[in-house]
Formats: sequence, C-alpha cells, structure tokens
Amino acid sequence: MAYDKFNILKSTAIPLPIENVDTDQIIPARFLKATERKGFGDNLFRDWRYNTDGTPKTDFVLNNPRYSGKILVGGKNFGSGSSREHAAWAIYDYGVRCVVSSFFADIFKNNSLNIGVLPVTVSPEFLAEIYKAIDADPNTELEVNLPDQTITLLATGEKETFAIDGYKKHNMLNGFDDIDYLQAMKNEIRSFATQMVH
Amino acid sequence: MSNTPKTLFDKVWDAHVVKSIQDGPDVFFIDRHFIHEVTSPVAFLGLKNRNVPVMFPDKTFATADHNTPTINQHLPVEDPLSANQLKALEENAAKHGISHWGLGNPKNGIVHVVGPENGITLPGMTVVCGDSHTSTHGAFGAIAFGIGTSEVEMVLSSQCIMQSKAKKMRINVNGKLGKGVTAKDVALFIISQITASGATGYFVEYAGEVFETMSMEGRMTVCNLSIESGARGGMIAPDETTFAYLKGKEKAPKGDAWDTALEYWKTLKTDDGAQFDKELNYNADEIEPQITYGTNPGLGTGITKNIPFAAAVKDGEASYKKSLAYMGFAEGEKIIGKKVDYVFLGSCTNGRIEDFRAFATIVKGRKKADNITAWLVPGSHVVEQQIKEEGILDIITAAGFQLRQPGCSACLAMNDDKIPAGKYAVSTSNRNFEGRQGPGSRTLLASPFVAAAAAVTGVVTDPRDLL
Repeated sequence: MAYDKFNILKSTAIPLPIENVDTDQIIPARFLKATERKGFGDNLFRDWRYNTDGTPKTDFVLNNPRYSGKILVGGKNFGSGSSREHAAWAIYDYGVRCVVSSFFADIFKNNSLNIGVLPVTVSPEFLAEIYKAIDADPNTELEVNLPDQTITLLATGEKETFAIDGYKKHNMLNGFDDIDYLQAMKNEIRSFATQMVH
Repeated sequence: MSNTPKTLFDKVWDAHVVKSIQDGPDVFFIDRHFIHEVTSPVAFLGLKNRNVPVMFPDKTFATADHNTPTINQHLPVEDPLSANQLKALEENAAKHGISHWGLGNPKNGIVHVVGPENGITLPGMTVVCGDSHTSTHGAFGAIAFGIGTSEVEMVLSSQCIMQSKAKKMRINVNGKLGKGVTAKDVALFIISQITASGATGYFVEYAGEVFETMSMEGRMTVCNLSIESGARGGMIAPDETTFAYLKGKEKAPKGDAWDTALEYWKTLKTDDGAQFDKELNYNADEIEPQITYGTNPGLGTGITKNIPFAAAVKDGEASYKKSLAYMGFAEGEKIIGKKVDYVFLGSCTNGRIEDFRAFATIVKGRKKADNITAWLVPGSHVVEQQIKEEGILDIITAAGFQLRQPGCSACLAMNDDKIPAGKYAVSTSNRNFEGRQGPGSRTLLASPFVAAAAAVTGVVTDPRDLL
C-alpha cells in the first residue's frame, strides 16, 4: 500500500517513556480481526488509553491535551513481541510518521519501514534529553531530517545522526515499496528458484 | 569455493540470496510460507489491487488457528469478524490454488505445529509466516522467522522478501537437565539471563549437550521462544533425531529424494572455527523449573526464588515497578504458594504430544483443584488423536480435566478463551504481556509440569515435589 513520502518532519512529539512497549500494547490482538487496512488508529494503545467502558484514561499521554504531534518517543526495546504489522498501521493511521527510541525490536522496525513510519534510533543520552525537553515544554519541536539522517531538538540545536540503509532511505524519500521492486525482478527470481534444493 | 568456516546460519542464508542490494538488504528466497487468517487478508487485498498473481502457490500453506473456537468447531463461528477472516482465508486460498487446512479439516491446527508434523518444514529451508513464533521451525535447522503483512504480500507475489543478514550468536548449554526441568525451562532461563531484548539483531544457534539430547518437540519449544529474547530466530543443527522425526512424514521426501536430501542435510552444521558475533555458555545444573512474574518474558526466575528487587533487574526501575504493579506482586515476595485461577496448557510453544504427556504425568491419580479453571488445548488434531490413543485423555479426564479442540486459544485470546481481568493464569504459552490473555489478565509463563502442578494444587507449586 502506498504511503506518503518522507523528507523533513518538524513536529512536536508525544513522550512515552516506558521500556519494552510490545505490539500487544500498541494494538491488542482482539482488534486484529479486520480484512482491510483501515481504522487501526482508533485502537492504538487501546488498553492504556481507554477504560473497559470506553471512557478515556486521563493519565495516559494520548489523552493529555498538552502532548500531540507526528513523532512518538518511546523507551528501550520499542515494538517487541508479535510480528503484527497492524501495530505500525495503527501508529501511521493515528497520524504519527516517526518513532524515536534508543532501541527497536527487529520485526517492528522492518514493518515500520515497509509502510512509511520512520524508526529513528538515538543514544540513550539523547533520548533522555528529548524527554527532558518535552517535559520542560510540551510545545518543543523536533526536526527529523531523512536526507541528512539527523534528528534535532530545535530549542537547543542539539542533534544526532541516525542510521538507515541507502535502499530503505531511497524508498522512504520517494514513497516506493519493496513489492514493486521484487515484481521487477520476477524473471531473475524464477530462474533462481529452479536451482533450489527444496 | 571458499574454505572460510561457516556457521549453520551462514550456510542456509547464503544459499537463499537471490541478490545483495548495495547499501541495502538481500533479496531473500523463501522455500516455505505459512499463512493464517489474521495476518494474510490485507496481503491478498494488496495482490488484488496490484493485479498480480501468487508466484508459487505450492510453496504457501494455509491453516486457520488464531481466532478459531476451541469448543464446538462443527458449528458456525459466532463472532462475525472472526468468521469473516476465516472465510477470507478459505476464499483467498481457493482463488490462488493454495493448500488450506481450515476449521474441521483433520490436518487443522496451529500453524507451527502442523507444519513440522506433516513434514512441510525441512532442514536447510527458509520458512516465514506472518507470526513471530515462526522461529519454531528453526528446530529443524531451517532459517525461520516471523514477518509483517507487507512481507506476506512480497512472498505471495515474488517468493522473496528484503532482509538484511542478522548478526550471529551461539548459545551453548552443556550438562544434563535435572528432574522436572524441560525445554521450556531452558528457554525461559536463557531469556531471564539475557533479557527480552538481549538477542535483538541476532540470529541464534543453540548448541551443546542439552540440545543434542533434546527431542524435536523440545527443540521446537526452545526455538519458538527465540523471539522472546528479541532474536530474529533460533536454529539447531539437524541430526539423527531430526532425520528420525522426519522420515515417513507425509510431505517429507521419499525414496531416492530422501537419500539425496539426507546427504545435503548432513552438511548443515557449523564448521569448526566459524565465527560468531557473540557466544554465551550455560550449564544445565544452573537451571531449575522456571516461572515468570512480570509482564515480559525476560522477567522470570527459578520457581524456588523470590521476585527480585528493582535494583537487581536490567529493565529500568519505572518500567519494572509498573510491571509488578500490573501483576499485583511486590519485590522480594516468594512465588511459590501464589494463588492461581487459571491454567492454560497449549499454544505453538507447548501444544505438542510431549507437553500433554508431561501434564498427565503429574495429574495422574490426582484431582484438579477446585479454584482452578483449566483449558487444555492441543496444538493440532494430530496431537489430539495421539492424546486419545496414548490413554492421556483417560488420565486427564479422571483427574477432572477436559480436552478442548485445537487452536491458538488463550495464548492471545482472539477467540472466547480469555482470562478475566485481575485473574492469574499459569500458562504454557509464550507471552506474559499486559492483557495478552485477555484485558487485565495476569500471566505466569511456565512449563507443562509447572502448569500441571498448579492445576492440582491451586497455587504455584514446584513440580519436582509431585514427580
């Protein structure tokens, strides 16, 4: 599914300073029953965000009017657990285009890149700086610059570079996806398949 | 041919690279693709929108498992959303010529149970599925891991995905496991030592006497839980145990093809001198029956131990305290003797025949505790049949338990098998995340022995006292 190109994103950020946020929290299994990809944002962090009667839990960050933005800042080992791409869909559908953490789970990171959510890995120290800045001023902005591979705390100018491989970066900048790339390789893949053992 | 010593992982990986993209991932060929009702519908929708066919329908296998009921499977599925996903799987499989073992089919069961038991998974293969516990199939010396739905669409349309090669870790466990210590305990022990993210970025090879002497069922349990330490997957070199398990399985090679395959499979082991990015060593006598007390699988310990204090845990203090608060536990408390409400035996982790044998060993001649609701869910109809044939059904029935029908069930509670809010479940499944087994549910992960001990005593009990 096509996604919007990603270039430079300047936004306030939503702080979620919790470690090991697993994909069951991002989107609980009971909300995985759709056969189409739409509406997952409504159930993003469902059980942290709402009481069982559907009323909002006021102490959860997504229900706090002080915090909003297109960047989510999570703790270490963000996106662990289930491979459900629905977790990345829910984040994208909610309006978040970039997740920042000091450490991502592998499958979540792949899924995010495949659907147009940019995972940005920063040092634990810079992550702490970001939390501190948002805490001091919820309107503080971050700039995520994909061409330069930098993330900057605009209030102080502090910045870090982040890693992304050239192929994935090119895809994100242009809104390209792997499926089209592989379709263009079909003949090569067919010929490769003929020499496989199994 | 280069003479550089290679790891098992290198050998299988390198044989499947169609092309390496410069400053990018490898175009990686997939031998076996499993699909189920939850993570495949959007991928098929993608194929339809792009108007592309399935490239190799005979390399994909469909089974319904995630949201299927575990009682009255002969009746229509009541939940309209689940019914809709099951119908979509059936229709998509039929339309594209993909094998489909739906509800009611005698081959139906959990994808990671039915794949191996029918000989679909073989050594040296690459195996993927839109499910993180695909790592299970690594028990056969395959590279197996979970993928997202975009990647499911890639495999359907091109039999390839884009993957960067992971770093390599070897975990050696030598010695002999003590009484009542199972494959599940070995896996939970490793995760508790390295944390839930300790193997992120790595592909793990399990080696040493403990795995060499382990059954295929046990190896599947260990590899299944690789993802719970963050690993992309785990694998064990195929050996005589592997070959004996596979010989005669329906989809395993036969006759000359078997001999040819066997010759190749015997080359699938790590060469002397091959390099790993990280190597860990443990001894079997360090491992006692394990149980988790927190909300990620790394928060586990020996069953006789106390819940650690925050200072002794690698997770951040705030996250650890949040975890214990959710569980209703306090630092320093004993775990043995904690009251249990539910017991779940099953899942792709512990839903195989060996797990039911273990459970029966303990409950034989005893009675289910009155305060316990127990859900015993075989991983497949084949397992269900074995349970009946081996007399296990008689033993568990006499002890006051009932056997349900196959499926993922309370492991992720997509069907009606939900642990109620605030209740404690000793579960043989793989995840103790908040709400995993139902909103508000509290999960203690453990082996089938520990589950059985809780089921007959009503509290967390050291199974060695009952063996």
